[in-house]
Amino acid sequence: MILNANIPDEVKKVPLEEKWTKYRSTVPLVAPNNKRRLEIIVVGTGLAGASAAASLGELGYNVKCFTFHDSPRRAHSIAAQGGINAAKNYTNDGDSVYRLFYDTIKGGDYRAREANVYRLAEVSANIIDQAVAQGVPFAREYGGLLENRSFGGVQVSRTFYARGQTGQQLLLGAYQALSRQISLGSVDMYNRHEMLDVVIVDGKARGIIARNLVTGKLERFAAHAVVLATGGYGNVFYLSTNAMNCNVTAAWRAVRRGALMANPCFTQIHPTCIPVSGDYQSKLTLMSESLRNDGRVWVPKKKEDAEAIRKGKKTALDIKEEDRDYFLERRYPAFGNLVPRDVASRAAKTACDEGLGVAPTGLAVYLDFSAAIKRYGQSKANSSGIHNASEAQIIELGEKVVEEKYGNLFEMYEKITGENPYKLPMKIYPAVHYTMGGLWVDYNLETNIPGLFALGECNFSDHGANRLGASALMQGLADGYFVLPYTIGKFLSGDISTPKIDANRAEFVAVEKETRERIDKLMSIGGSQSIESFHRRLGKIMWDYCGMSRTAEGLTAARQMIRELREEFYRDVFVPGKADEFNPELEKAQRVADFFELGELMVVDALNRNESCGGHFREESQTEEGEAKRDDVNYRYVAAWEYRGWEEDPLMHREDLDFDNIELKSRSYK
Amino acid sequence: MSLTGLFLIMFLAVHLAGNLQLLHDDGGEAFNIYAHFMTSFTPIKVISYGLYAFILLHAVQGWAIWRQNRIARGAERYAIKVTRTTNTNGFAASNMGWLGTIIFIFLVLHMYQFWLQMKLGNVPMVTYEGEEYKDLYTIVAAAYTNLGYVIFYVVSMVVVGFHLYHGFQSAFQTLGLNHRKYTPFIQWVGKAYAIVVSAGFAIIPIYMYLMQ
Amino acid sequence: MSQLNLTLKIWRQQNANEKGRFETHQVEANEHMSFLEMLDVLNEKLIGEKKEPVAFEHDCREGICGACSMVINGHPHGPQQKTTTCQLHMRHFHNGDTIHVEPYRAGAFPVIRDLVVDRAAFDRIIQAGGFISVNTGQPQDANALPVEKDQASRAFDGAECIGCGACVAACPNASAMLFVSAKVSHLALLPQGKVEAARRVQSMVKQMDLEGFGNCSNVTACEAECPKGISVENIARMNREYFSSVITTETRVD
Repeated sequence: MILNANIPDEVKKVPLEEKWTKYRSTVPLVAPNNKRRLEIIVVGTGLAGASAAASLGELGYNVKCFTFHDSPRRAHSIAAQGGINAAKNYTNDGDSVYRLFYDTIKGGDYRAREANVYRLAEVSANIIDQAVAQGVPFAREYGGLLENRSFGGVQVSRTFYARGQTGQQLLLGAYQALSRQISLGSVDMYNRHEMLDVVIVDGKARGIIARNLVTGKLERFAAHAVVLATGGYGNVFYLSTNAMNCNVTAAWRAVRRGALMANPCFTQIHPTCIPVSGDYQSKLTLMSESLRNDGRVWVPKKKEDAEAIRKGKKTALDIKEEDRDYFLERRYPAFGNLVPRDVASRAAKTACDEGLGVAPTGLAVYLDFSAAIKRYGQSKANSSGIHNASEAQIIELGEKVVEEKYGNLFEMYEKITGENPYKLPMKIYPAVHYTMGGLWVDYNLETNIPGLFALGECNFSDHGANRLGASALMQGLADGYFVLPYTIGKFLSGDISTPKIDANRAEFVAVEKETRERIDKLMSIGGSQSIESFHRRLGKIMWDYCGMSRTAEGLTAARQMIRELREEFYRDVFVPGKADEFNPELEKAQRVADFFELGELMVVDALNRNESCGGHFREESQTEEGEAKRDDVNYRYVAAWEYRGWEEDPLMHREDLDFDNIELKSRSYK
Repeated sequence: MSLTGLFLIMFLAVHLAGNLQLLHDDGGEAFNIYAHFMTSFTPIKVISYGLYAFILLHAVQGWAIWRQNRIARGAERYAIKVTRTTNTNGFAASNMGWLGTIIFIFLVLHMYQFWLQMKLGNVPMVTYEGEEYKDLYTIVAAAYTNLGYVIFYVVSMVVVGFHLYHGFQSAFQTLGLNHRKYTPFIQWVGKAYAIVVSAGFAIIPIYMYLMQ
Repeated sequence: MSQLNLTLKIWRQQNANEKGRFETHQVEANEHMSFLEMLDVLNEKLIGEKKEPVAFEHDCREGICGACSMVINGHPHGPQQKTTTCQLHMRHFHNGDTIHVEPYRAGAFPVIRDLVVDRAAFDRIIQAGGFISVNTGQPQDANALPVEKDQASRAFDGAECIGCGACVAACPNASAMLFVSAKVSHLALLPQGKVEAARRVQSMVKQMDLEGFGNCSNVTACEAECPKGISVENIARMNREYFSSVITTETRVD
């Protein structure tokens, strides 16, 4: 298979800056009378799905939108805290579309497609305009204009934010736009419906099989095109910052039908999460990256101190300043605590591996605000005209400033850990957060299956091997509001004479039957182990061997373990309840079953990529100082995997990445 | 509810002012003259019929809403329910319907006992400065020699107090008259008003019982 | 790490039509677990005994998605204020406690299974008008419209609603006024949202009544139990908006 990314005017070499504008103006259109006759299925109602469904509805298409939640507003985009990037240059600090493009490519360790990323940077500004018009209450200055802050991995302040709830506010904006289309009748909304398979008719994606989660009935839905905006697969690790129900099933079913999975091993480990506290733990909670603007990351210099802390004999406050190792500031003086996520995560892991971790499990480093509290307190004292303020006064004033900035995050930390982060430094540890890999898509966001599109975290396109903070929201909304509504025209303009697709066609009946058989198989095993226990075990294998650092040996072993575990799963899992009723355990069982297959593919991909880049760190490929070593000669490509069933090895298709506008450099934050 | 409620709140102040005449140590003269004025001055008479209508409207509306709310609550009740509130009395707020019903029963008895008697009953007459007045005072004073009545009145006033405690500020909230600067003041006034009015009414029977 | 032995009295109900009942279970939890993780432990135990686990709704488990929805010892989201069930930790309970867990009880929120209720009524209220009518691609530059900081902040206070329905569950009248007013306030306070504010408030209130939610009698239990601490001043604002829309504008929603 030859992968064609369909980048416009590749041959004529239209400059990067003009590609999207030019393409947008020439991509085939669908006339309004035809739009009314065309149906589109959108699966998922996060930022990408809701914005796409709403925008397509506005354009006049007939949209059917699906979510497995009870409401479109619950999609996990809602949990994004920090912010959204946009090349507005409101702060006059030299930002530009090019700079955002450059930062994103570099942040992604040169494993993303230039044209897509440039387009993303271009439309980023429109997103902010759109969101503000929808009533998204971004942070503002006293003058009433929008406020920006800086975020990890970049040196400009281009991040727009809404308290610590940027994702929530943006999602509600998209949800409200979607709700408006539902009320206008252009979108039919199906809540509590989980997509379980995609139906392909004559080589084109023409529908889905979904399970009504309340009644348990399988239902067929047909359309001219299918859009997947079903998020990422971080839950393959069991513990992650993803919501409990995030899963890969929709995307994986597409893969089972021939869609390619690109760079599945590119997972982002976020450095600032609340550490694991016990075996019962069901998920990990992120502390926004924005905290690294003011928090300093450190561990004790001496192992004895770390050990005393772990045993509860000492606290952070007992460690003298000279006995603390602010390892990010030491190792990366240029960016300090604001290095990108992959770098910060690895550094934390290194410190803990050296025995310097500060939680009873040994897996935590400090994120300390005492310096920021003092600094803010002093400046507040000065500005309030309090001269010779006492130390206690300064700390009190400083705590207030920090509370204004991060109050809700501090509160959340205290709720979960029971410790007061104003007094004791936070304990943090990296956790799985985002998956850069996903369905392979071309410039039109179309997978290799015609008529099947993938948006947002569900696709692989824009973040390369590492995503910069505050750019997931940007990508999801860019795809949904400003890219797909145009690019889908290319496919649909060829389908204007195709009549309404009949959901009773043989193809639909056959896929529904296969889906039912899969469910029946799971229900009939009647083993003795819970689904949850299998998921936990799979997650542990993934985290241990395909997590923050990977080796050929470990990956090879992991693949075998996954295969054995999957075999055990199909032998001994117990799914309670019945198939034709509300049954959350059955939902889970199907998702976990798909995670096994995805997990194996991730391991295969990680094994294949014998270089370190972004979130993918192969111990075999590092510099003498322990920094990641990229191999542009051999691995400057996207690995798009064709799944060929459990018995056969997956087949890799390469999309070579050309960098015409950016010079490949070793990524240094020193 | 809020508009009729606010009207009734105002009425209570007037009513209380009049009733406090009972505490005058003048054998009921001030009170009887007041009662005469209230029943004979035409504008007041008109207002009084408005008042009766408002009482009925408030009650009918209240019952209708109460019923709607019970249906909205659904068939199944909580096994355990704690009503936590932010700035009102949770007991009063969640039992306005019951409190109102008790007040309504009280009003029926109250009207029967004093208002109906005055209108139709055989009320002795007294003469002040050459004019004849119905001696309502005597009827009231007689009623308050009965300890049972006194207790019934006092308990009813406690109920009125709770009803007002929540109702006063609630009326402002319902009308949208809310402001970060002024609402705390309204709430304070409402609470004070509830206590003063109910205590004021309650003192009368107690005082008269003790003074007999 | 201290262990807690708890007695759970937990509501089981097959579906909306069948009668529910309380079931008693013993659970061992530890103080660092969240309430939902404690229920996970119970469910693992039930599955081990080949029984059906307790169905409850949950997703993000970090207090923002609004999926979790149960009444714990008489409080929606449990006794801790400003905390969702998923962020309620067991350290707030004591060894030997008996804990009652029930679904939200409101006519407009029928039970689907055990602790799971149907909150689609909220979606329909938003669909009735909880948006600003702007199509993709229409807006002006974001900074063309300054919004006064405090005003924006008050709008945000309304926008923080997570749509969990605790307000309805807490209200003795099962009123949805806090939810509706939070959205009305959010949009009415912003210049972008003012344009259609008169129509919005009428449409949303109408839909709210159609859904069968009760009337607001200003009990304020909604604010007290709201995991996001949304204030009843939004309700007053909505009432103001509603009256001024009905009385002073020609807008009529039928």
